[in-house]
Amino acid sequence: MPPVLEVRNLTKRFPGITATDAVNFTLEAGEIHAFLGENGAGKSTLMNMLYGLYRPDEGQILLNGQVVQINGANDAIKRGLGMVHQHFMLVPTLTVTENIILGNEVVNGLLIDIASAQQRIRTLAQTFGLDIPVDALIHDLPVGVQQRVEIIKALYRGADILILDEPTAVLTPQEADDLFVVIKRLKAQGKSIIFISHKLREVLALADRISVLRRGKLVGDTTPALADEAKLASMMVGRDVVLHIEKSPATPGEVVLDISHLQVADERGNIAVSDVSLQIRRGEIVGIAGVQGNGQTELVAAVTGLINPLRGTIVVAGADITGQGTNRAIAAGMGHIPEDRQQHGLVLSYSIADNMVLSTYDIAPFAKGLIINEAAIAAQATTLVQRFDVRTGSIDALASTLSGGNQQKVVVARELARPLNLLVAAQPTRGLDVGSIEFIHKSIVAERDNGTGVLLVSAELDEILALADRILVMYRGQVIAEVAGADADRNQIGLLMAGITPTGAEA
Amino acid sequence: MSTPPPTPPTNGWRTWGGILLVPVLAIFTALVIGAIIIVATGADVLAAYGGLFMGAIGSPRAIAYTLVEATPYVFGGLAVLIGFRAGLFNIGVEGQIAVGSMCAVIVGAFVSLPPGLHAVVAFIAGALGGALWGAIPGWLRARTGAHEVITTIMFNYIAIRSTDYLIKVPFLDKESSSQRTPFIAEGAHLPFLFGPDYRLHAGFLIALVAAVATAWILKRTIIGFEIKTTGANPDAAHYAGMNVPRTIILTMALSGLMAGMAGASQVLGLEHNLKASFSAGYGFDSIAIALLAASNPIGVIPAAMFWGALRNGAGLMQLNSGISINLINIVQALVIAFVAADQIVRQIYRIRSARSAGVTLSRGWGR
Ligand SMILES: Nc1ncnc2c1ncn2[C@@H]1O[C@H](COP(=O)(O)OP(=O)(O)OP(=O)(O)O)[C@@H](O)[C@H]1O
Ligand SMILES: [Mg+2]
Repeated sequence: MPPVLEVRNLTKRFPGITATDAVNFTLEAGEIHAFLGENGAGKSTLMNMLYGLYRPDEGQILLNGQVVQINGANDAIKRGLGMVHQHFMLVPTLTVTENIILGNEVVNGLLIDIASAQQRIRTLAQTFGLDIPVDALIHDLPVGVQQRVEIIKALYRGADILILDEPTAVLTPQEADDLFVVIKRLKAQGKSIIFISHKLREVLALADRISVLRRGKLVGDTTPALADEAKLASMMVGRDVVLHIEKSPATPGEVVLDISHLQVADERGNIAVSDVSLQIRRGEIVGIAGVQGNGQTELVAAVTGLINPLRGTIVVAGADITGQGTNRAIAAGMGHIPEDRQQHGLVLSYSIADNMVLSTYDIAPFAKGLIINEAAIAAQATTLVQRFDVRTGSIDALASTLSGGNQQKVVVARELARPLNLLVAAQPTRGLDVGSIEFIHKSIVAERDNGTGVLLVSAELDEILALADRILVMYRGQVIAEVAGADADRNQIGLLMAGITPTGAEA
Repeated sequence: MSTPPPTPPTNGWRTWGGILLVPVLAIFTALVIGAIIIVATGADVLAAYGGLFMGAIGSPRAIAYTLVEATPYVFGGLAVLIGFRAGLFNIGVEGQIAVGSMCAVIVGAFVSLPPGLHAVVAFIAGALGGALWGAIPGWLRARTGAHEVITTIMFNYIAIRSTDYLIKVPFLDKESSSQRTPFIAEGAHLPFLFGPDYRLHAGFLIALVAAVATAWILKRTIIGFEIKTTGANPDAAHYAGMNVPRTIILTMALSGLMAGMAGASQVLGLEHNLKASFSAGYGFDSIAIALLAASNPIGVIPAAMFWGALRNGAGLMQLNSGISINLINIVQALVIAFVAADQIVRQIYRIRSARSAGVTLSRGWGR
């Protein structure tokens, strides 16, 4: 029997870059095939070609042994392909059912037959263990559930091949575990799955086969039995990667961030941070651990001047900046790597160069008086692109054309480019490949060694454990424990994150 | 089946050719439909369009008149466009023109200053009047979130009715039988470029300078950077420490400044007084100009000239063929419909849309 999907010499070029270069691979029925590769290696481009969003410049796609030309997503769906993009394509104001049947409505005369659609959805959900509330509105649902809706949507349209592009990047660890159960169930039912991730552990746990892309070329094929994390990492990057970074003990100096009795409300007006006091000194990294939704986002928003706290004060390098806006925070020497790079960190329709000066465009050397100095902006971009290894054809390329990880590098590069007193980093390595994570981690540690205080918020416990000199655990809007980074224990912090303190009582 | 043909490069549409293509085809299509309408009414297409052409650019004087007609549209188009760039829809250009004209006429007719300086001061007064009238809805938007579309419409009514009152009561020329203000002082006139016969006045040159200045501000200054960033992603602008409310107010003031100059230039260069109910709908056509110019400040110049040519040629067209001047309004409306719904034009002429590569679909962490 021919493989369900085969790709021969698939090539796609963008101005200045060959995104995929004569790629060959096969996907067997009932197989989980993982793709690994650095940021910008061409993984998403490859998948977008399979899904008919890009036309290949060269090469062939075969489905069940037949050469096909896929003209757009609708055609791909008709041919049994389904794709879950990292950025979901759901309509937030419609219900789960409406989203699933959108464009594929069962009609009964002039009316949409919701009842029979829901029946089918329920059957699918049961078969694959995808628990979803069919009548809920999308915008009320957590990310993990929205992702399940995307998967059911693909199955509802008869997908036999499911492409999941970095499905775990925005999931909490618990949600990711749930997703793996679903993926295994799909496999057991004979579906074929392409799975992209930067998390080597996930790939080793889940995949039957692993293909590695580097700079558009397929550089290796392996299986979990034959590989380990270190080997995969070096296949991806082309050199050995330090998975655990070396850092000297912190030498904390004067206090650079002093938060006292901070109380912050979330968007809906509920108290998200109830009473937080903390200090960060120069030359130390303080990590905030916690299950998402325990006030970390609001804490960061208040510290960076995005929202006004209800009570309390925030002092940065001696200056009280409480409630004075982002500009004041930046003036006090704060850098901010926001959690959502596309919405908050970048102007996607701007060039890389312009994005690199988003908060320094009005000071020398980028501006003289009111006039912008384009040469200085270009020079800065050239330096940063090189230093942070942003993979792009040109500094004039639009940010929207960068791969996800390279977009993140642009944000990090920009924030670390100016002298800082305090760096607030929220999920700084989300969506980055192991090599880039290594680099960003080193950069953050170097920033610390330069005397900057660092507030690190991350959903990755590993990241906190690797970087933080002190770990604060947040639970229900409060800091319930502090642990020294050196003697932090994964399990202990896991328990604390669930609100269970050493005394045995729930906090 | 064979391998798919290589995808044609799609980035070419970003060049000038790509920018001009849709507006030019939109104009062409509108003229064709106009021709069909002329035929349907039994008139002579050649006579009609010949008249339109000759009336618009058939002689030096026709050309000069076309440029005179184009002048307020250049200013107005710039006013709308500046708002667009910040993500703001200034529908209040009409009212800002009214306030600008009023301020210019008050200074021009009721203040005495040395000739020349008088014109300068009157022009600045008009520009600032428009700027202020634009800044208020900007301020409301920035501080209270009141949408500028609603407030600028309301401000149009306030401006148009109040200037009407000012013209009819306190500033009425009691010597005249018609309801208008007195003439402005000679010394406050914007000079004619080729003498009064050609009517083309210095306002046209100021409009050209304004277009270049707008392009320069948007491209080369930090204010332009703030305006564009606020328009492209206000959240990112806020995160990056930009003062988004201030930018909104400033943008609306700049927009109103352009509108105010439109009014001042009409009063000081052409009309030399203000008549009651003087509005010519410049403010609303300006939205059309900005669309036709694809939000490019320099593009506003040809777009406004085209508009001026249609208006100026309409008279001779009617004379030669008996076609109603209203046909011109139909053609103008069709042009805008096609520009606004550019996908229709792309369909008719089978132009690949710049967006067809699916770029926007695949955003996200997992690009
Ligand atoms: N529409 C486009 N226009 C121009 N260049 C593009 C476009 N889409 C992708 N590229 C480029 O092609 C290369 C491959 O990008 P792709 O998104 O496939 O990477 P990726 O492997 O998915 O990376 P990541 O892990 O960061 O998501 C990158 O250098 C990117 O800048
Ligand atoms: Mg990707």
